Amino acid sequence: MKTYDAIIIGAGHNGLTTAAFLAKAGLDVVCLEKNEYIGGATVSREMYKGWLYSSCSYVCSLLRPEIYRALELHKHGLQVTPFGGSCQFMENGDYFGSYHDPEEAYREMARFSRRDADAYERYSADTMRQCRLVRDNLLRTAPDPTSFKPKDLMGLAELGLKFMDMGEDAMYETIRFWTMSVAEYLDQYFETDVIKTTKSGSGIIGTALGVYSPGTAYVLLHHYMGDVDGNVGTWGVARGGMGAIADSIAGALQTYGGELRAKAGVEKIIVKNGRATGVALESGEEISARLVVSAIDVKQTFLDRMDKSDLPEDFYNRVVNFKIRGSSGKVNIALDGMPTFPAIPKGSTLYHGDMHFIDSMERMERAFDDWKAGTWSKDPYIDMLIPTLTDPTMAPPGKHFMSCFVQYCPYQIDGRAWTEPEREAFGQTVIDQIANYSPDFKSLILHYEVRTPEDIENQIGITEGNIFHGELTMDQLLFNRPVPGYAQYRSPVSGLYMCGSSTHPGGGVMSAPGANAAREILADLRRTNTVPENFGDD
Amino acid sequence: MSVQHVPLGRLRTPFYERMVKLDTLNTWHEWKGYSTPDALYCAETEYFAIRNATAVFDLSPMTKYRITGPDSLAYLNRLVTRDMAKVKPGRVAYAVWCDDLGQVLDDGTIFHLREGEYRLCSQERHYDWLITSAIGFDVTVTEETADIAGLAVQGPTSYSVLSAMGLDGLGELKVFGLMHFDFEGTELMVSRTGFTGDLGYELWITADKAEALWDALFAAGQIFGIRAIGVHALEMSRVEAGYLAAYQDFLPAKATVRNGRTRSPLELGLEWLVDFKKPNFNGRRALAEEKRRGSTWRLVKLDIEGNKAAHHSYIYEKSKNNRKEIGFITSAVWSPICKQNIAIGTVKMPHGAPGSTVWVEIYYQREMHWNRAMAKAIVVDKPFWFPPRRSATPPGPY
Repeated sequence: MKTYDAIIIGAGHNGLTTAAFLAKAGLDVVCLEKNEYIGGATVSREMYKGWLYSSCSYVCSLLRPEIYRALELHKHGLQVTPFGGSCQFMENGDYFGSYHDPEEAYREMARFSRRDADAYERYSADTMRQCRLVRDNLLRTAPDPTSFKPKDLMGLAELGLKFMDMGEDAMYETIRFWTMSVAEYLDQYFETDVIKTTKSGSGIIGTALGVYSPGTAYVLLHHYMGDVDGNVGTWGVARGGMGAIADSIAGALQTYGGELRAKAGVEKIIVKNGRATGVALESGEEISARLVVSAIDVKQTFLDRMDKSDLPEDFYNRVVNFKIRGSSGKVNIALDGMPTFPAIPKGSTLYHGDMHFIDSMERMERAFDDWKAGTWSKDPYIDMLIPTLTDPTMAPPGKHFMSCFVQYCPYQIDGRAWTEPEREAFGQTVIDQIANYSPDFKSLILHYEVRTPEDIENQIGITEGNIFHGELTMDQLLFNRPVPGYAQYRSPVSGLYMCGSSTHPGGGVMSAPGANAAREILADLRRTNTVPENFGDD
Repeated sequence: MSVQHVPLGRLRTPFYERMVKLDTLNTWHEWKGYSTPDALYCAETEYFAIRNATAVFDLSPMTKYRITGPDSLAYLNRLVTRDMAKVKPGRVAYAVWCDDLGQVLDDGTIFHLREGEYRLCSQERHYDWLITSAIGFDVTVTEETADIAGLAVQGPTSYSVLSAMGLDGLGELKVFGLMHFDFEGTELMVSRTGFTGDLGYELWITADKAEALWDALFAAGQIFGIRAIGVHALEMSRVEAGYLAAYQDFLPAKATVRNGRTRSPLELGLEWLVDFKKPNFNGRRALAEEKRRGSTWRLVKLDIEGNKAAHHSYIYEKSKNNRKEIGFITSAVWSPICKQNIAIGTVKMPHGAPGSTVWVEIYYQREMHWNRAMAKAIVVDKPFWFPPRRSATPPGPY
């Protein structure tokens, strides 16, 4: 029987990234995917004839340009096009538009509050200062503060220097920033409810916390620190849907001689004498390898696909307690034409950005209250985008695809599985909220799919369908992600590594965990590193 | 509800239609949301209108705030570093204001319009800071950028032009003074201020009277060589006068991301604007401390040998052997009136004492190829252009 150098479990963007960098270094790798399609949550599929749905993730900003370049993803069909702006519809018939042009954005803020418009510069600078501290760590392994290894000491020293270099005021601010709520953070700058609401959305996306929950200011940063072509904070769409990202990394992997196997779900990670030696597939087939790398989340890896007896007790318990909570769902819609939104001017550039239909911090918090009570938000925060206005390939000419990310949506209803009527009602909640602002929207719907966290778990395999493979709060970041002492992509079992979003620096279509893991693995194997350095923000 | 959508694209100042009529180049850029001309027909000719006749520059996009109320003087004295009690009604003060760390947020001019009524005029926007600073003071801060149109009327014949326009009594107006006139039933405020270092005035009027003012001005100015000008010409004269520009010679402190990129007034050569004798003001403690232990940076005006403008150049202590980079140029221009290669820069202390010599590395392109020159530069402590007519009262007819 053939023995691979490495098996990668899961062909999501991180698994593919690790596989590609290992293959590029000359390793004999195979990347295994349980579904018949690859990409995991970085996927676009024809769910309705003629329409490509970005079923899960739907926009791109975090994907590290260093990785894009090193894997030559443009040669494998990837094109990321930025889109501008966003729009917040208000119950009173007004709206708040976020324009791409700074002066237009200023004027729109000043329409609500001159003071807020002027404060935006300070907000941007303060947020960017925090961003720069974090961005620099994305393509680095988080240094372990308890370790005396030169690499960790160097890493800590660099982090410390970077921190000190921020200046006294910013150092104080950093500690506050990492622990405070997004609402309190925004209160320091803005007085207008709808402006705060617009900016607060990024603080709770994918997170089972409310806008007033401590720790959400950092989550905002996670959505602010990406860039498209160096324009930090800009978001883009992948031409052909998010699947184009996974497909391009898979293309790179295959160019480097790596193998990709779909319909190859892993049942068990085989451990012999304390060492991972391969995997057993659901089909019963066994594949052996010198290394096993898991791109699936930390609970799926250690709780579902291993024997507890192979793991240290404390480690096991920490994995049990790692927070991966379902908090968001999706409704994906095929449209017969472009819906109109009478509140905004015809032909406005705001149509090209993402749209939201919630206009106060109180409504944001109440949306979270529903989740706490074990049900979906009856007045949800929807991040809606019509990517076909930017990407002509996802629907027939003149037709459109609408992606609705919905927060909050629980993993289960009152602790039990979703029923079909409940799924339907959840979908209707979303459709109704949008229809409040678009009279012709409902009549244009040709088809839609509803995805609860439970559906995402069942289809993609992420625990509770959590888009980040674990919440992005300070207790689960850096050297604590996913488990203290195991934040450097190695596990307690020799030969078994982690490379998914449960690891540093966390979720989003970033590919940084996958790349960082590959670097660590290649270092352990004493192979030439193929993973690029951070471009660095000078 | 009916929503008033914001206008998209670039806004037009109250003088836009008038400028377009004179414009032959069609080269404009954005200034705080407004279209502003780089030049209207020829930047060099426009420059000489400033130095030789009368140049008219539309400064309407400048940010303007009206500050009124019983505490307006106390408020401004807390806000800015200089003593505003010395600035009587009818006077104008150049001022800087700082954050708690003594770092400059911006510079601008404060017009004491009437007893207790002020206008603060700056390049950047500060409503957020001004409102926060107003807590505890009985003052009202009103944004009036779009309501007030402004024209700089600068050059040796500018007094003649304005007199011909019928502004009687202007001859008595001293530098940094202001007067109110009636213009077709509307108040016209004229201040003897400017950004050119020459004889000149600035005219301020409500936006609805802007075009009428322009027409009257140009009708009177025709025989005095009046010309509308763009930003390029103004920029040349601004460097000659040694004035600073935000986002060029310093960054507004609240907008910087990197530590150490801000500057204190002391580091910008504006110590004369900092009055430690007056009671507490923003940044006082930090500035007093800086004065004790010394500044990190120094602003320098440089007279550079040769004729190649030193845009973006590094400044070195020595030309060769162990040369150390000590700073960089922030503004540079060939001065047509002084026939000097001049620049404003920032250097690390203790370098750049007035009279000392530094070296500037100049890159210049000739027919695609790049050349490099190390040019010797003398640090000067006076403006490059400071003619007696700038302050002559009454001004001559020229």
